[in-house]
Amino acid sequence: MNQIASVFRRPGHKALIAYVTVGYPSIEATLEVVPILAGNGCDIVELGIPFSDPLADGATIQKASFQALQNGVTPLICLDIAAQLSRRVSIPLMFMTYFNPVLSYGLEKFSRDCASAGIHGLIVPDLPPEEGTELEAATRKHGIDLVYLLAPTSTDERIHLVASQSRGFIYLVSITGVTGARNALSPDLGAFVARVKKIASQPVCVGFGISTPEQARQVAEIADGVIVGSRIIQLMETRNEAMTELSDFIRDLRSAIDSRRD
Amino acid sequence: MLPDERGYFGSYGGRFVPETLVPVLDELTAAYQQCQADSTFWDEFESLSRDYSGRPTALYYARKMSERCGGARIFLKREDLAHTGAHKINNALGQGLLARRMGKHRIIAETGAGQHGVATAAVCAMLGLQCIVYMGEEDMRRQSPNVFRMKLMGAEVRPVSSGSRTLKDAINEAIRDWVTNARDTYYLLGSVVGPHPYTVMVRDFQSVIGKEVRWQILEKTGRLPHHIVACVGGGSNAIGIFYPFLNDRNVGLIGVEAGGRGLETVEHAASLMAGRVGVLHGAKSYVLQDDQGQIRETHSISAGLDYPGVGPEHSYLKDIGRVRYLAVNDDEALAGFQLLCQTEGIIPALESAHAVAYAARLASSVDKEQIIVVNLSGRGDKDLNIVTEALEGDK
Repeated sequence: MNQIASVFRRPGHKALIAYVTVGYPSIEATLEVVPILAGNGCDIVELGIPFSDPLADGATIQKASFQALQNGVTPLICLDIAAQLSRRVSIPLMFMTYFNPVLSYGLEKFSRDCASAGIHGLIVPDLPPEEGTELEAATRKHGIDLVYLLAPTSTDERIHLVASQSRGFIYLVSITGVTGARNALSPDLGAFVARVKKIASQPVCVGFGISTPEQARQVAEIADGVIVGSRIIQLMETRNEAMTELSDFIRDLRSAIDSRRD
Repeated sequence: MLPDERGYFGSYGGRFVPETLVPVLDELTAAYQQCQADSTFWDEFESLSRDYSGRPTALYYARKMSERCGGARIFLKREDLAHTGAHKINNALGQGLLARRMGKHRIIAETGAGQHGVATAAVCAMLGLQCIVYMGEEDMRRQSPNVFRMKLMGAEVRPVSSGSRTLKDAINEAIRDWVTNARDTYYLLGSVVGPHPYTVMVRDFQSVIGKEVRWQILEKTGRLPHHIVACVGGGSNAIGIFYPFLNDRNVGLIGVEAGGRGLETVEHAASLMAGRVGVLHGAKSYVLQDDQGQIRETHSISAGLDYPGVGPEHSYLKDIGRVRYLAVNDDEALAGFQLLCQTEGIIPALESAHAVAYAARLASSVDKEQIIVVNLSGRGDKDLNIVTEALEGDK
């Protein structure tokens, strides 16, 4: 069975998905942190390949991407790190990046190299399904799930489109906005998730702006998975203490998600 | 007719944007299609173009510059005389009217040299719309007079400190604002770049330049020009003057990119000459990028050309060979700037000085019967500090 799909087939289990930018604050930090994420209850880790112009990202991930690029991180290095990590953790790993680095690498070659590095899925926030035909074919050929996104502005017509194309799960952007920690969830989130679930048969995971265990619990009550990114990046900024702080945070997210009332 | 319904010119263009914006772009496309078919929209556009922007702008025979070059007759399309000092007002006015019609009262824009920001600020003041302009800190420094102009007209100028702190980063920040405020905000993009339908809308509003040149040159010379020369950053003034001549095969079209400190260095902004196909700011086009697909920092003496991408229609026109693209370096642009000041008493924008410089080179190599039209896309008052610094640096 495909590894991403298997995450969502455990009865009564809701997925916790973590995002880290590869090479932030250092390449060693990425190699250290992913096993910690896996060991404390994450079901999937998204590895961000940094891009110079991350226009869907807020200040936290912009800064992390910039620093990672300063550290010399390239798609090739990300593939190498993914290969090392996929031997060390048993949870599925995905890449999240913008389209240009993938296009530059070559869609077919990138998909093939992802597969050999043990990557199971790919999220490209500036690639809507209308533009994704070629990458869909290339990733499918190599057994990689290309995950599409939906946003609160998406019409029912677009939900149908994404539901017909997205593989692995559907990534719901919880708010109209860029990535980054927010104080509260959007009051419209429940209706939005319900609108998607009525149409789509894939698991639905919610990201953007989720930064506390309480928010994670609320999301887990309505969706199949919770995606946390910027808050993890923030906790990695001060690395020494942060590894304990970070593992505590992940455990808190996990128990909040598991304590939900369905 | 290009682009196709997905916004592609051949293999260039499209909509590479976050999902949040796709429905917004659908709405914009539908609203613009309605306007295209509505004569009252164009009546208002034309009436304001005349009475507010000062159109038609003159087509001026630059006799003394032509004599100095010793060859072809050079005509200048005087977009520098349009209100706010550049061709940018054409697009700002068109999109401003569209935004008002769509009921969007919060307008955001990016600006490089400040010309688009000033034009947008002016139109927003006139139409009673809120105006927020994103501008790179580096550009705010080198184009400070335009920052003051925008503020005078009621716009809020938000400094952008990420990346190279120039136009590219201002566009990133404007897109982030747009994603966040997608429902009530209109993004008034300033060039023929970005996701569909911007490349079409901006071209349509700017093609007034070429339409005027056609009747003006026929009136003055009884024939179409042999060559039309325009500078290309994102490429809106160039598309504006080229587009109505695309089917006139005998009219040579020449786009001049910013060669900066030379194409052999990395300090230039010549996307078509030295870039490769990529995706930047929502469209597939030639992009200056490193071998990992990271967007490169660029350099040009002219802030308005200092951009690592280019409109997808230019990429298409390059590939099919309809337009010839080349680059002019900072030094040659400065020489063109001085040439026009001295021979005609006209101070061009440094962007336009790239086109002037190439036209001078071309004019001296062809015979006197030939006619060259140069798009003098903007005036140079904003550039006086940069030019002073550059010329004093030479001493």
